Amino acid sequence: MATATQVQAQPLISIEKLNLFYGSFHALKDVSLTIPEKAITAFIGPSGCGKSTLLRTLNRMNDMIPGTRIEGSIAIGGTELYSNEVDVETLRKKVGMVFQQPNPFPKSIYDNIAYGPRLHGTRSKQQLDEIVETSLKSAVLWDEVKDHLKRSAFSLSGGQQQRLCIARALAVNPDILLMDEATSALDPISTLKIEELAQELKDRYTIVMVTHNMHQAARVSNQTVFFLNGEVVEFSDTEKLFSNPTDQRTEDYISGRFG
Amino acid sequence: MSPIFQDANRQQIANRRRKDVIIHLLFIVATSIGVLALCALIIDILMDGLSRLQPDLFTNFPSRKAAGSGMKSAIVGSIYMLIIMLPVSFILGVGAAIYLEEYAGKNRFTRLIQLNISTLAGVPSIVYGILGLTLFVRLLALERSLLAGAFTMTLLVLPIIIVSAQEAIRAVPKSRRDASFALGATKWQTVSRSVIPSSISGILTGVILAMSRAIGETAPLVMIGAMTYINFLPTSLKDSFTVMPIQIYNWISKPQLEFKELAASGIIVLLALLLIMNFSAILLRNKYQKKY
Ligand SMILES: Nc1ncnc2c1ncn2[C@@H]1O[C@H](COP(=O)(O)OP(=O)(O)OP(=O)(O)O)[C@@H](O)[C@H]1O
Ligand SMILES: [Mg+2]
Repeated sequence: MATATQVQAQPLISIEKLNLFYGSFHALKDVSLTIPEKAITAFIGPSGCGKSTLLRTLNRMNDMIPGTRIEGSIAIGGTELYSNEVDVETLRKKVGMVFQQPNPFPKSIYDNIAYGPRLHGTRSKQQLDEIVETSLKSAVLWDEVKDHLKRSAFSLSGGQQQRLCIARALAVNPDILLMDEATSALDPISTLKIEELAQELKDRYTIVMVTHNMHQAARVSNQTVFFLNGEVVEFSDTEKLFSNPTDQRTEDYISGRFG
Repeated sequence: MSPIFQDANRQQIANRRRKDVIIHLLFIVATSIGVLALCALIIDILMDGLSRLQPDLFTNFPSRKAAGSGMKSAIVGSIYMLIIMLPVSFILGVGAAIYLEEYAGKNRFTRLIQLNISTLAGVPSIVYGILGLTLFVRLLALERSLLAGAFTMTLLVLPIIIVSAQEAIRAVPKSRRDASFALGATKWQTVSRSVIPSSISGILTGVILAMSRAIGETAPLVMIGAMTYINFLPTSLKDSFTVMPIQIYNWISKPQLEFKELAASGIIVLLALLLIMNFSAILLRNKYQKKY
């Protein structure tokens, strides 16, 4: 029983009666919600409630998990993700993803960023140089690494690696950026940097982030969705959800009474 | 003494330490036995063979008389075989490993294949000789040629290469594949640009070690009839050939002392080649590990 309140921005993603099964396990139950364009939407909820699962349906990373079955509708800009019109490579180019653990390739900083554009056919050195520079600038990493782009990505700190992964995702020019607990492996200062970065990026990208940190959701997001056991309990503007939740379970969760 | 340490059970600690020392010594003994045996072997061979380790050995063909006899045809034969075997077994072995790890579904059938490959890795090499004799020498009518020998050896090393390449590929973290897929890569793009570069040092190490196994093998080649007296160099794939271990075996089985010395010097050359190959495997591994 989801309660939607008015959200200003245009909905870009709309999910209706989505059910997902891992084999016989019912991981998402009748999930319906909309995600606005060029804003930050946060998914919160206790561990195992299906946040990552829902996030992964948005770029169809669940396709690779054997035994996954999906029912219902999930559309971006009106196009069904699981229809024949959509090829999954293009979808993933348009919907970038940043993971919980920074996962750079064992390549140079430059080659990490250029990996995506090269996949999609960009060959010219000049074009790649440009993409590398703008992506690193967007991820606010350029000044720190511009003098040693040939160095291994593993030589960066955890926080820098995570920003590198964000830059890598931005390099293929996505519209949507998915972040699955992207700061949970980082120290408070790096976390703050990523949060600031998300704030900056939301003018150009639609961001969906999963977080365990309620303060982070409250600080950063425009809209918050609260999940429990595979169901959407409540979704609304972040301010409203945290100051005046409609559902008792939401209130219990955000006041730290469970989860 | 500070009261914190007073309740320590001195006797019990002394016992634990003694056990520690004894176990430590046992491990040293176990290691030394292996090392000593190897040293004894090497010293023995060096004493017998060093006097014959001369240019003649590399430039002359074998002959009836020990003086001036060499193993030129055997050395060249071994190297030619390596040159044929390397690309064939690399492509087949690594290809199979990639298929099994990345493409094949995990079902009963692939588990059966997997079990078979692991078993094949332990099959006695003479069995591969019989297979090579039937398949390549007779059925494909390659006769006692370099090609038949190389193909037989390829079969012998394939399971080793497949298993070690699979292990290398399996060691690539899933998060690295996810990173690639999440950028819109296809399966092959992910395999070729992320998985293989991440595992190449392990794959190459396995391939080189398999090659050094093949260089030292005798039985399968005896089986398919590699000759012992070859006084010419093979000029085509269909020529007959010999390899180093066969030449050594031949010399050892002669009664005269001079031939024993020749055999020892042949073993030195073979050991040196093996050492170079294993060393290059280590270098390769370090090179890729250090790079990033
Ligand atoms: N590959 C899978 N196969 C089977 N079940 C899975 C799989 N992945 C997740 N699940 C199950 O689905 C449920 C939701 O998992 P999910 O990872 O989406 O939770 P989450 O909300 O992201 O949790 P966390 O906050 O701990 O990351 C869990 O009960 C989990 O055990
Ligand atoms: Mg999760």
